[in-house]
Amino acid sequence: MIHWNSFSDFLAMGGYGFYVWGSFGLTVLIMVIEPIVVAHTRKTTIARLKRQLRAEHRNTAE
Amino acid sequence: MKDRFNLYRMASPATFYPFAGAMIPYFAAVSVVFGLAGLYLGMLVAPTDFQQGEGYRIIFIHVPASWMSMFIYLVMAFWAAIGLAFNTRLSGMMAQALAPTGALMAVLSLWTGALWGKPMWGAWWVWDARLTSELILLFLYIGYMALTAAIDDARRADKAGGLLLLVGVVNVPIIYFSVKWWNTLHQGSSINLAKSSMATTMLWGMLLMAMCFWMYSIAIALMRVRTIMLERERHTDWVKALLTEGGK
Repeated sequence: MIHWNSFSDFLAMGGYGFYVWGSFGLTVLIMVIEPIVVAHTRKTTIARLKRQLRAEHRNTAE
Repeated sequence: MKDRFNLYRMASPATFYPFAGAMIPYFAAVSVVFGLAGLYLGMLVAPTDFQQGEGYRIIFIHVPASWMSMFIYLVMAFWAAIGLAFNTRLSGMMAQALAPTGALMAVLSLWTGALWGKPMWGAWWVWDARLTSELILLFLYIGYMALTAAIDDARRADKAGGLLLLVGVVNVPIIYFSVKWWNTLHQGSSINLAKSSMATTMLWGMLLMAMCFWMYSIAIALMRVRTIMLERERHTDWVKALLTEGGK
């Protein structure tokens, strides 16, 4: 069922290892980093909006 | 409460926001499942290609990324059309939330294409109709993001960006049919409804990876649109309520 005879065969990709893993590498990188960036932006945005809202409340209370 | 129409309009992002939040884990989980299944079939089970050896396995990234780069653009253009025609608030937010992911898909398409082109054609890049039109697609994404970021007023940014999207949509069929219309170095489509040139495991691996990319794009776009909604709707009661009660 499994096409490969050994793990090193799998890594070598019949001599195309650089090209195949170069493709998968950037994909994995993007799909890991993009959610992290989006989650981080979300956190900082919420923190900033909360600050602004508190400042607004202070101003109207005075 | 007196103004029902206004209340209805307000209700739309307020109800979509928690709904989107609830859906994200499902799309993410389904994406992982499709991805693992696709990688298993494509990278472990699928046989060697008789022409391209093991190098063809780039297809499991290249085709899904290329499809998504075009599909996301079409979805953005759809939202732009809705936004321009009906002046709906959510449509501009949807388009903005999709743009970075679409751009990244175009980058992946070009990157994996270069890594595939080098061993098969002997060149990282050629000014071929397929490659050039995909590059233009990336520039359209970048142009849209730069344009909307440069305009402070969100509604005007949506309108200007929406026009750009609608004008640029002509590029998508050009990309798709370029391998038919012009004599290109790029190979024709691997999937043919009448007779597929691919082995069954290759085909299923590719389709599963395409589903993985699709679900990933939905999950990440929903994540992003929720932040955009908070930002844009910050003066509304529902966002203020959310922010004061902990802002989940």
